[in-house]
Amino acid sequence: MSQELIRLTNLVMEFDGERILDSINLYINDKEFLTLLGPSGCGKTTTLRVIGGFLTPTSGDVLFDGKRINDVPAYQRKINTVFQRYALFPHLDVYDNIAFGLRIAKLSEAEIDERVTEMLEIVSLKGFENRKVTSLSGGQQQRVAIARALVNRPKVLLLDEPLGALDLRLRKDMQNELKRIQQAMGITFIYVTHDQEEALTMSDTIVVMDKGKIQQIGKPEDIYNEPKNAFVADFIGESNILDGVMLEDYKVKFFGRVFSCVDKGFAPNEPVDVVIRPEDIDIVSADEGHLCGTVTSVTFKGVHYDTIVDFKGFKWLIQTTDFCPEGSHIGIRLNPEDIHIMHKSEYSGMFGDYSSYSAEYDEIADAEVTEDEE
Amino acid sequence: MKNKSKWLSGPYVLWMVLFTLIPLGVVLYYALTDSVTGEFTLSNLANFANYWPIFLRSIWLSIFATLICLLIGYPVAYYIAHCKPALQRLLQMLIMLPMCISFLLRTLAWVALLEDTGIINNFLTSIGLSALPLIRNNGAVILGMVYNYLPYMILPLYTVIMKIDHRLVEAAQDLGCNSRQVFAKVTLPLSVPGIVSGITMVFVPAVSTFYISQKLGSPGTILIGDVIESQFKAAYNPNLGAALSLVLMVLIFVCVGIMNHFTDSDDEESMVTL
Repeated sequence: MSQELIRLTNLVMEFDGERILDSINLYINDKEFLTLLGPSGCGKTTTLRVIGGFLTPTSGDVLFDGKRINDVPAYQRKINTVFQRYALFPHLDVYDNIAFGLRIAKLSEAEIDERVTEMLEIVSLKGFENRKVTSLSGGQQQRVAIARALVNRPKVLLLDEPLGALDLRLRKDMQNELKRIQQAMGITFIYVTHDQEEALTMSDTIVVMDKGKIQQIGKPEDIYNEPKNAFVADFIGESNILDGVMLEDYKVKFFGRVFSCVDKGFAPNEPVDVVIRPEDIDIVSADEGHLCGTVTSVTFKGVHYDTIVDFKGFKWLIQTTDFCPEGSHIGIRLNPEDIHIMHKSEYSGMFGDYSSYSAEYDEIADAEVTEDEE
Repeated sequence: MKNKSKWLSGPYVLWMVLFTLIPLGVVLYYALTDSVTGEFTLSNLANFANYWPIFLRSIWLSIFATLICLLIGYPVAYYIAHCKPALQRLLQMLIMLPMCISFLLRTLAWVALLEDTGIINNFLTSIGLSALPLIRNNGAVILGMVYNYLPYMILPLYTVIMKIDHRLVEAAQDLGCNSRQVFAKVTLPLSVPGIVSGITMVFVPAVSTFYISQKLGSPGTILIGDVIESQFKAAYNPNLGAALSLVLMVLIFVCVGIMNHFTDSDDEESMVTL
């Protein structure tokens, strides 16, 4: 039903000999909400800029509706962009900012007026026509930027971390708003973010990127439930990642014990990464558990407790609503569907150990992210 | 805290009172008194009508020179602003280099170049061509103004153009502008503050200059600055000189005011200067 609109084939981008994008292959369907997700410097913004026409790839092709558009300049593409930090024209008021693209396209003033008014309504900025853009709040500027792009009725809208500068509450509202607009107008959205929760909430398809490569493409549920490697497992949500050996189909061994699982298709005795999501673990009394360990730290997170449990020197993160005091001896049970098996990758051993866990972990990670690419 | 920091501006306020406001009062006093009797009179001010043609010449020569500076300066500033940072610094220094040499010396150097028996004409006659009337005309005066004041046009333009956010250019491209439209719709409107301060910084000194016209002009092309100077030095009529300065000042205020009006309407930051 859905038709392919954009295709990237073997896309390579190099700056000063440094490889920023490494053979990106990706197709994007019409009317799809696709998110490029990854940490700073993973190449997601570069990919977006190649699609927008602001960068020419070193090699590889960009196809739009089956036609190669590598050499088509940005202004001739049926694509519009919502820029990071908006890039509104400071010398124009709200109305003229939104009307900018239509005036360039030389539409009649009557039609411009009709479309701008309609757009102002969609982004709930009626009555702000003659306000200076510099006098608007971040959220309002954001809406102007979206209106300015959408008023041109592009086939594709590119959004580069559009909600990054907004506070949490506003961000949540705008997420719903954007999804609603996308569905109402039937436009393809290509969305860049480092916020995994945002990606999971809004997308039809998520493309996880790191080090200039695509790590995994899939629906939000698939990305979360079936991560392809340790990087994806760690970047999307929290994960405990352990070394294991796949004895045969549906049988995996780790911590010296054989567990049944739902994965198959691995070579006999293949070393694997075992992912266990912290919220999937059931806490039981020590004598009933598959494994027993000692609680080393408990952090209250609102909905749940982040409980760090030491199993034979390897620390797990367990998210539970049951409070287990520090020092208590507990057991855990794992159901077959809680265990996810991944092939070993270059990321094996880099993630999923909570030995150095601290309660400030999240804030530290965020601070790193705000330093930004570019 | 606030009260304390206010005192830091004290020395300059004192300086301004001593060397700007009081002298202005003195100028006003001279302009409104008779040179012989010392009584109040408006005749000095009324006298400016006799010098009206000279006022007009000063203004149109300066406007002309300012426009040429803008036409030459804008592309240069635009080019420098888009160079690599190291090259930018070098070019910026080259632009400022002439400003490190005495204004008088630079103007005299032009005399040596343009004179009837100067370097250019000597060269022309030596290869068998006839000498050209390069000096003592309006063209030479305008050339002198452009040469001397061009850096004051380029530098504010460069500063403003360099600060234009490149993402605005990309946003314009994204919305369908080709490079010519990007310039017309974004770059040029956003560089208006630089244009205004550049024009002000060239026009104001050009309109009141006297040395350039003395050296490069002819008695027929004297400017209002020359007249004012001669009232203090040769003719010794400081009352008339003061009156003429006062009129000139008002004219400059009017010109600058008109110019700022262009930008006030759409941008409060229009008074950005160097």
